[in-house]
Amino acid sequence: MAVVGRACLILAFATCLYGMVAALYGARAHRPDWAESGRRAVYAVAVLASVAFLVLELAFLRSDFSFAVVTSHSSTTTEWFYRAAAAWSSQEGSLLLWLWLLSMWSSLVLFLTRRRLRDVVPYASAVLLGFGAFFSGLLVFAASPFDVLATVPKEGVGLNPLLRHPSMMIHPPMLYSGYTLFAVPFAFAVGALVVRRVDAEWIGATRRFALAAWVFLGVGILLGARWSYSELGWGGYWAWDPVENASLLPWLTGTAFIHSLMIQEKRGMLKVWNASLILATGTLAILGTFLVRSGILDSIHAFGASTLGIPFVSLIALMIAGSMALVVSRRDTLRSEQSIDSMLSREAIFLFNNLVLVAMAFVVFFWTFLPLITEALGNKVSVGPPVYNQYIVPLALMLVLLSGIGPVAAWRRTTLKTVRRNFVWPIGAALATVVVLLAAGVTQSPPSILMFAFAALVIAVTVQEFARGVGARRAMAGENHATAAVTLVRRNRRRYGGYIVHVGMALLFVGVAASSAFQHAHDVVLKPGQTTKVGDYQVRYVRPTSDIGTRAGSLEKISFGAVLDVRKDGKHFATLRPSKAYFPSQDQGDLGAVGRFFEGEATSEVGMKASLRRDLWTAMSPDISKMRPIIDKGDKAFASIDGKVPPAMQAQLLGQAITGLVQRYRTQPPPANFRMLSSPLVAWIWIGGLVVFAGGLIALWPAGDPAMRRVRGRYAARVARELGRA
Amino acid sequence: MDVIAPLIVIAVLTLVVLLVSAPLRGGASARAEERDELRRADLEAARESKYREIRDAELDFRTGKLSEADWRRLDRELRSEAIEILRGLDELPPSPTGVPAKD
Repeated sequence: MAVVGRACLILAFATCLYGMVAALYGARAHRPDWAESGRRAVYAVAVLASVAFLVLELAFLRSDFSFAVVTSHSSTTTEWFYRAAAAWSSQEGSLLLWLWLLSMWSSLVLFLTRRRLRDVVPYASAVLLGFGAFFSGLLVFAASPFDVLATVPKEGVGLNPLLRHPSMMIHPPMLYSGYTLFAVPFAFAVGALVVRRVDAEWIGATRRFALAAWVFLGVGILLGARWSYSELGWGGYWAWDPVENASLLPWLTGTAFIHSLMIQEKRGMLKVWNASLILATGTLAILGTFLVRSGILDSIHAFGASTLGIPFVSLIALMIAGSMALVVSRRDTLRSEQSIDSMLSREAIFLFNNLVLVAMAFVVFFWTFLPLITEALGNKVSVGPPVYNQYIVPLALMLVLLSGIGPVAAWRRTTLKTVRRNFVWPIGAALATVVVLLAAGVTQSPPSILMFAFAALVIAVTVQEFARGVGARRAMAGENHATAAVTLVRRNRRRYGGYIVHVGMALLFVGVAASSAFQHAHDVVLKPGQTTKVGDYQVRYVRPTSDIGTRAGSLEKISFGAVLDVRKDGKHFATLRPSKAYFPSQDQGDLGAVGRFFEGEATSEVGMKASLRRDLWTAMSPDISKMRPIIDKGDKAFASIDGKVPPAMQAQLLGQAITGLVQRYRTQPPPANFRMLSSPLVAWIWIGGLVVFAGGLIALWPAGDPAMRRVRGRYAARVARELGRA
Repeated sequence: MDVIAPLIVIAVLTLVVLLVSAPLRGGASARAEERDELRRADLEAARESKYREIRDAELDFRTGKLSEADWRRLDRELRSEAIEILRGLDELPPSPTGVPAKD
């Protein structure tokens, strides 16, 4: 079936090229039939990409090791759901996922706009098909997921143990959905600029796609953070790692875009800004895809080794040059219809908000790429989280504050009367929060106290907006509170969904501030029976644990762990069971039969007691060096009998040896390194993320079909009737 | 498997060719009618967008983000714009299907 997949990719590449030509010809020659053919080419690519993706998924699910990627990324002992997700753990599979998602979202937007924006759509189709041609071209010529092996092995290498986590199953599809969805407003922006139709219509047609991209990308980023926290064994959720930053960049500029487009819709302003933002966001989405897959962030020298480097850089250069040329050449058309009337207007607040977000993106971009640039110049400079935090913390504070002020600022100008009416109670809530915190002795971290105060402001503003909206709805329609609340949200999904998103972000930032500023961390080496302290907790290493993991009758991993008894104020609080799992190396070189178990991948199983108030987290790493003499002895013994005993007996002896090693760990455990963290309010990061997701879904949810009203009579009365109270 | 794979490829290729060539094989269409339908869809989208703006403005006034004077002025402007859109819709010939075009 690999030939079917490969044929579909070749057809997809050809169809993309045909579609681009057809769409552009249709647009230039005013031939709607050719433009329509170009649009249908997008649907055709969606069909072809779906067939190719299905072929690959079936190969993974069936463990068809004739496929090279299946052999290198899966095994018969991998659970079926991880086998399904393994398809996108490979470079080739992830590129195919990108193409498939792009074709699906492109088909959706072109279907939804099939009767609209007929001058813009052909150019947008051409851009989307251009992306399709790029990715299908890579899949055909540089990174095929359908390469087959001449000799089919009986077993595969298996999925990287670090990726066997639920978050990692859906993290890539979420991120790639975000990237590919941002391609839609990017393409429509290009189309609108080409035909000089730069009013708010193209924004209206693609706004939901930009918002969906923002939601999916945000969820993907949070899933990655969750995985890092619970799987990687260092106790953190964000390290300003270049791979993390690569996904954050388009999310930051995308956040700016979904806010500033409201200004263009309402007041015809910020056209240049919006066009530039979405073009930058689309470019950063491609950049993010490239950075993660090329290995260039580890070292610039990886660039030359990557087959994807030159094509991606070429595409990014084309996108940057093309975007700049379009915006500059259309600057007259992009002039704002109006100007900002007051610095205390909602327009001005949104603009400040945008500037803060772009500043954050700039900071992240600069520090992420500085090592690459300095390495190319011969003197690599790397920076760590403290440098990022120095700039990001004050910007994040500004962002949260503005998200509290923006919703209650008036359009055009905010009078003193409006300020008094709209800000008294939220400012009171913020001040009360500061007073409570100071009274409780929380004085160590002024930035964190500010963050809590600003979050209180945001939540108070949102409650106030809901209360006033319900009051307005009751006055207008005579509904009871519950009905008014439901109708209010249903009829104003974008506004109130956005308010809920703001609350979610405030909660998330509270969790980040608290867990960063008030964390107690303790790294210690313990032997069984010893006790240590972390924060208010006493932790005793009760006893070691060890286990052999098997799958389908084969030895899969060795786990060494610990049972920890945690007490607070003398009372039992929790029992934690951290462990470390060792997977054998797949290298068939000169590793010993026993030793190879400690030369492969190792994963941390975190011991955690989580609550709304505080997470108590621990990871351990046994001092394996103390066991090295017995491991080396085993390796020598097996080397001496290699080839002299039947393989079945050798396997049996190896099983006995590993069992003995594991039992020895329990009876004569070496000291273990423990990392222990007591972090307040971490749970609110994930809760905040869920609230953001819920708010985003509400804002995204399409309104019902407009009632097909029969119109009669005078226009003004007709407008009044149609606005009505329905 | 040796027979099935080429058959699948041929079937997919046929589908693709039929899909993308359909508009080109359609012959001379009623272009004027299609133009009217496209214009109708654009105007209906603009109408719903304008109605949303009018409702948003009223909600802004009732929740204290617009003064009454500003709201009344803005409401007048938006309703005038809505009237122009409705005029445009009325100038179009009736939809051949009898119902307005939907997206």
